[in-house]
Amino acid sequence: MEGKKAKMEWEVVIGLETHVQLSTESKVFSGASCAFGAEPNTHSCYIDLALPGALPVLNRMAVEKSMKFGLAIGAEVAKKSVFDRKNYFYPDLPKGYQISQFPLPIVKGGKISFTVQPRNGEPYRKTVNLTRAHLEEDAGKSVHGVVRGKSGMDLNRAGTPLLEIVTEPDMRSAEEAVGYAKALHALVVWIGITRGNMQEGNFRCDANVSVRPKGQQEFGTRCEIKNLNSFKFLQEAIDYEVRRQIELIESGGKVVQATRLYDPATGETRLMRVKEDSMDYRYFPDPDLMPLIISDEWKARVASEMPELPEAMRERLVRELGLTEYDADVLTASRDIADYYGALSANAPDKKIAANWVMGEVASAVNGTEGMTYAAAPVRPEALAEILKRLADGTINAKGAKRLFQLIWDGAEANVDALIEREGLKQISDASAIEPLIDEVLASNQKMVEEFRAGKQKAFNALVGQCMKATRGKANPKQVNELLRKKLGA
Amino acid sequence: MSLSLDDVRRIADLAHIDISEEQAVRMQGEMNDIFKMIERIQAVNTDGIEPMMHPHDAAQRLREDKVVFGDNREENMKNAPEEYEGLFLVPQVIE
Amino acid sequence: MEKRFYTVAELSRALAAKKVSAVELAKEYLARIEAKNSELNCFLDVRPEETLKQAEAADKLIAEGRAGRLTGVPIAHKDIFVTREWASTAASRMLEGYMSPFDAAVVAKLKSAGMVTLGKLNCDEFAMGSANENSAYGKVLNPWDANAVPGGSSGGSSSCVAAGLAPIATATDTGGSIREPASFTGVTGVKPTYGRPSRLGMIAFASSLDTAGLMAHTVEDIAWVLGDMVGFEPWDSTSENLPAEDFTRDLEKGVKGMRIGVPRKWFQKGLDPEVAASIESVIEEYRRQGAQIVEIELPTVELGVPVYYVVACAEASSNLSRFDGVRYGHRAAEYDDIQDMIKKSRNEGFGAEPKRRILIGTYVLSHGYYDAYYLKAQKVRRLITEEFDCAFQGVDAIISPVTTGTAYDFGAKSDPVSAYLGDLYTVPMSLAGLPCMSMPCGIHSNGRPIGVQLTCARFEEAKMLGIAAAWQRATDWHLRHPNGY
Repeated sequence: MEGKKAKMEWEVVIGLETHVQLSTESKVFSGASCAFGAEPNTHSCYIDLALPGALPVLNRMAVEKSMKFGLAIGAEVAKKSVFDRKNYFYPDLPKGYQISQFPLPIVKGGKISFTVQPRNGEPYRKTVNLTRAHLEEDAGKSVHGVVRGKSGMDLNRAGTPLLEIVTEPDMRSAEEAVGYAKALHALVVWIGITRGNMQEGNFRCDANVSVRPKGQQEFGTRCEIKNLNSFKFLQEAIDYEVRRQIELIESGGKVVQATRLYDPATGETRLMRVKEDSMDYRYFPDPDLMPLIISDEWKARVASEMPELPEAMRERLVRELGLTEYDADVLTASRDIADYYGALSANAPDKKIAANWVMGEVASAVNGTEGMTYAAAPVRPEALAEILKRLADGTINAKGAKRLFQLIWDGAEANVDALIEREGLKQISDASAIEPLIDEVLASNQKMVEEFRAGKQKAFNALVGQCMKATRGKANPKQVNELLRKKLGA
Repeated sequence: MSLSLDDVRRIADLAHIDISEEQAVRMQGEMNDIFKMIERIQAVNTDGIEPMMHPHDAAQRLREDKVVFGDNREENMKNAPEEYEGLFLVPQVIE
Repeated sequence: MEKRFYTVAELSRALAAKKVSAVELAKEYLARIEAKNSELNCFLDVRPEETLKQAEAADKLIAEGRAGRLTGVPIAHKDIFVTREWASTAASRMLEGYMSPFDAAVVAKLKSAGMVTLGKLNCDEFAMGSANENSAYGKVLNPWDANAVPGGSSGGSSSCVAAGLAPIATATDTGGSIREPASFTGVTGVKPTYGRPSRLGMIAFASSLDTAGLMAHTVEDIAWVLGDMVGFEPWDSTSENLPAEDFTRDLEKGVKGMRIGVPRKWFQKGLDPEVAASIESVIEEYRRQGAQIVEIELPTVELGVPVYYVVACAEASSNLSRFDGVRYGHRAAEYDDIQDMIKKSRNEGFGAEPKRRILIGTYVLSHGYYDAYYLKAQKVRRLITEEFDCAFQGVDAIISPVTTGTAYDFGAKSDPVSAYLGDLYTVPMSLAGLPCMSMPCGIHSNGRPIGVQLTCARFEEAKMLGIAAAWQRATDWHLRHPNGY
């Protein structure tokens, strides 16, 4: 039946598994360092190397960071969870098994909501449900090309704590997947459980992608794309894989369940050499470890140490300040900007104005400087708060405030009052000083005055502009406005 | 339940032990004898019984997050079959 | 040294009285080892320079008046415990020449108590076996009879102590590996409560069963050394954290008023009549000393062997996965690729018994069989444990056989099933993690020793040693020695 076949409408189904490296000092089951970038095997102790007689002991902080994640997504933090051995052979896996969690993970359920930025159409809110998150250990790394025909095993990374976060197959597009990944990334950095450095492998995504005809209930066969460590690659890989699967099916083929890798150079996914395809991992509870019991008291203590979460802060900003959802999103996009805003609004005279400054002036400066963060911004929130105070009390006007910001950004000492003096930024608010200047402006701008009398409001603004120019921007604009109105009898 | 020769080969592969045909045949006989003995546990009624993973009921102890093992590379690698500049060498691994 | 056999207690007193020095003692035992080891094959690694170094350090402490009661007393360690100065092989080709960067917790503790290491003792490969016929470095002989097995897996430990090549030896017991060889060689062997001695540095066989223990001639010796051997180890999650104990405190107590349980129905499983009679004599002695003998029933413990082999093999199959030729241990000389290298290294490095148990363990954990085998076995394990717990509500100790007979001939139990079934009296206590021991109670008409087993409730080692001491005060089987020794 060729030719007349209606074009099939496809639905994409995506689930994400993310491995987040927890930012503990020492490994999850040993006392060696987790620090990145050390010489090979200088951070792998006898436990990480699985020398005969080695035994694991659990790191409290790794558990607490996992708990924080569970609390942050409204999930159930298990009272009792169990560590299981996942058995398989690979040279970067010293014990011949990975300590993970299978039937009883530390975190169950939960959800993450975020705003999707589609390529076409309006942004919209999406909620992704999480299946579970469990604590496990990372494997070592293979180093290739050091010796011809050989690979070198560096087990420094072996034993680093990982939180594996699994979603339900709730995403329906690459944009939703990327939106989720970004929101998850922001969240885990926000609550301080990971450094989130994707170049260092702190945040790695595996995408499970399948397609099905629109309206069909059952899922299509899925392929897993492993180890995507940038949002860009995540999007590209999914796009390619979706196209590949659709083309395959439409040309009469069948999708075979497999593990694939994304190649950024070609923009394609390819079949991975069989590492663990449909492997029997023979999971069983690790007899070297006892069940992990989390008491209500411990959970409560960890909960009390959590910062305000992005969702809650978002809602608060909209509710208390009347910010738009978009603006609230910007201010809660990362812990970095949120902390800056938090410190600023605590000291600034007006929280809404503070918000505008962060989203405007500060964001411009931060984004315009390579590698800059809000935490490292030369203008500290305390200094900016001082500037805003002087703006609010009329000492300086907006232009002056901007100038101060720039000066301190460029390295001037953050003594706001001293700078105002030095730069002569004090606003002219004295009516007796302003009036003569206004009179001059009115005299030399008869045309504008007439236009204003004729009803053109724009002319008034132009006159204000002229007055500001005449005072070299130093007049108090409010004053100018009032006096001008008086003089015009408006 | 009885193991076939294929079963034995499959399990040996899972366990990553490269046994010979002769070994596999002998293992098959021995394992089947052993499993006949093991089958006896099926006769026990264990309804409602929790499996016992450890001799003692205890909760996992937690350790403070501190780095206590420093660089001990030379000692730790002294038994390495093949080593180069601090890396354990193996035949090239293709991902 | 006038006698052939000395107890730890005697040696300790002699050292303290400066009748002998630690170096002299060490040299004496090293000479004995030199003379007898080629025949008995109990030692795998002897390094006199290292031993004498430790002995010299001990003598220095004694001279400075800073010695403890074990300072300078020699000991040998089963080659399941890793040691820095001696090779650690687990009696396997897989670990030939392996030098550990750290000492096992038990070794370290006894070293800091001042004991002097004579060397590493042969055993069954990876502690898997009951006759020490499974060592990659040759079988061990039983000093009582050259045709008899010394027992296993701690055959090197039992043979060494029985032959007077060391006054005391460490050993490990997973399903009977201390108790059975002790009874086959006429020495006393103790397996403490699981978790009491730390497993840190014990080359793992079955993680939820492996327990370090001791073999010596007298209960008193073991009670002396046990206190230094046990204790909390922070780098072992299964290590019990209990206050320090004096395990000698009940040695003089006697058994008057105690209740001793006898699971007589269990005895009938083909027990050799002379062995049965010897055990009856122990029961009689306790009755004579004022204990009440109570008949008890332990129906589920009869399933101990199949449960044990499912659990132990499952855990072992995973514990032995680290032996892949990548970071240490045997690596094959020829292979196609990395996976082939691992498979060939493991086939070449492991002997038949470890291979067998790895395959069984892999199977019972595999998809589709986990519930029916592994999970099922762990459930029956709980039933067995509860049965013991229930029994100990009513008795202080349980007396039972160690095996159905005495040491058998080499090659007599070459088929695995009959070898496994030989463990029927020892595996149930291992599954429950209970403290248990065997001590000599007779010599068979075949010239081979007979042993009897005592089991107590969790953490009741002191009580158990006290009950054993009451038998050893009334008899001298534990002081009998093989001809020619």
